[in-house]
Amino acid sequence: MEQYRINQKKGMEFGLYTLGDHLTNPFTGKRISAQQRIQEIIELAKLAEQAGLDFFSVGESHQDYFTTQAHSVVLAAIAQATNTIKIGSSSTIISTSDPVRVYEDFATIDLISDGRAEIIAGRASRIGLFDLLGYDVQDYEALFEEKFDLLLQINENERLNWEGQYRAALNDAKVLPRPKNNMLPIWRAVGGTPASAMKAGYAGVPMMLATLGGPASAFKNVIDAYRETARRSGHDTAELPVGVTGFFHAAETSQEALKQMYPYINEGMKLTNGQGFPKQAFAQAKDKRSVINVGSPQEVIEKILYQHELFGHQRYLAQMDFGGVPFGQLTKNIEIIGEEILPAIRKYTGKVQEE
Amino acid sequence: MNIIGLSGSIVGSKTRTAMDVVAKEITEKYPDADFQLIDLKDYDLQFSDGRNYLDYAGDTAWITRKIMAADAIIIGTPVFQASIPASLKNIFDLLPVGAFHEKVVSFFVTAGSSRHYLVADHQLKPTLAYMKAQIVPTYVYIEEKSFQQKKLIDDDVSFRLERLVEDTMDTYEAAEWIRKKKEDAYGF
Repeated sequence: MEQYRINQKKGMEFGLYTLGDHLTNPFTGKRISAQQRIQEIIELAKLAEQAGLDFFSVGESHQDYFTTQAHSVVLAAIAQATNTIKIGSSSTIISTSDPVRVYEDFATIDLISDGRAEIIAGRASRIGLFDLLGYDVQDYEALFEEKFDLLLQINENERLNWEGQYRAALNDAKVLPRPKNNMLPIWRAVGGTPASAMKAGYAGVPMMLATLGGPASAFKNVIDAYRETARRSGHDTAELPVGVTGFFHAAETSQEALKQMYPYINEGMKLTNGQGFPKQAFAQAKDKRSVINVGSPQEVIEKILYQHELFGHQRYLAQMDFGGVPFGQLTKNIEIIGEEILPAIRKYTGKVQEE
Repeated sequence: MNIIGLSGSIVGSKTRTAMDVVAKEITEKYPDADFQLIDLKDYDLQFSDGRNYLDYAGDTAWITRKIMAADAIIIGTPVFQASIPASLKNIFDLLPVGAFHEKVVSFFVTAGSSRHYLVADHQLKPTLAYMKAQIVPTYVYIEEKSFQQKKLIDDDVSFRLERLVEDTMDTYEAAEWIRKKKEDAYGF
């Protein structure tokens, strides 16, 4: 785990991730400017650091209703604005970028941040960026696999020879600058199917698993498939961190929490994904077994610990800002995390490791 | 209420002829409903390649968005090779999983003979069910002999299509009632 900068003695890591969405607040019908949204994301990272959170990440989505297309630039600003919190992408769409440039960017962010940068590489759920950036969507899988593999090779070799289908060959090429400790933690983003998780397992890279809803146990199967595949491929799963992401919101009661959060998620998903979130399924978030961490602080703690028991994951990333959530609600959530949730999670998950 | 009549074939006339009867029935009896007839013959659609429906362009984008915004859909389908035509299946393939959640879907089938009367039960209903449609249980199976010169001449079929429209509207009303009742119970 050291290679991935994870110290399990401290307990499970808790972080925030944003897709950088830029949506209308469904309660007020108003949308803040793109500039304000970006400033608030940087501010959010600072607050997360102050509250003691472990990680903060920003994703790229090249379509309407998003604002962090240049996510590495935003991360560079966050690197400069913070001192201790780890930062990363969630995710970097490696398929439509040049792995050399991505590595140069993130190695630089790593140097600016004094060794805090990570990459989570994904394939994109929407595909507008293929047209925008000049790639053929027919190559969706091949582009990702080839470029992700190149990214990993660059991470391991300062100087390399490489030949592939989608990028000019590298002949004894040097990719500079190198990150502070010569390596970046590079994760593979997984959308929720065992087949996709197994690909991360074959490669023996850390997996960041996205969840939207449903029972936590369904995602345990995915994580099991990942670890089993990694084992069969000769990788040591004790050295491979697993991260899990999902919706988060804490309020006084579970009913209040659901009421406050549902419109953001439902309306936001309609616009960005073309389908809302079924209310019936969202209502089941009241059950401890649901993977949606929306509820009272105590309920959320119980859920996260229950998930940790099932998954044995090393990092949880909360998505609390999707759908035009106002900044005030985010700061309140961070306060609750810092004061109530984080101490409980560290106490229980840290202890498990010591025993 | 947003209702679409989806004529699922790009060749022949029977499905469209029956759909015109359905259209007339809806516009006359339910003038408040926002009805639109979409005949796939009139559009240039691309095959599904698995992308999110919001990422298509042209007619494909227009039709998928229309369907996703509908409250109810009445599908008309012919039988090709003991199944629904590829043009209609393509519509389903273009849409996301669960696309018919909280939508009422009913249908009629046109066919050359009675041989294929179970095609809809075996092939169309499972797809609609998988896509979470509120399926109207009864449908209308219309044979070649009920048409003459691009007109529906069978009074029995005509009555059954009337009932299909009525059942679709009633099912929508009932589904709305259930949805609202649940909505109130959630309290959020």
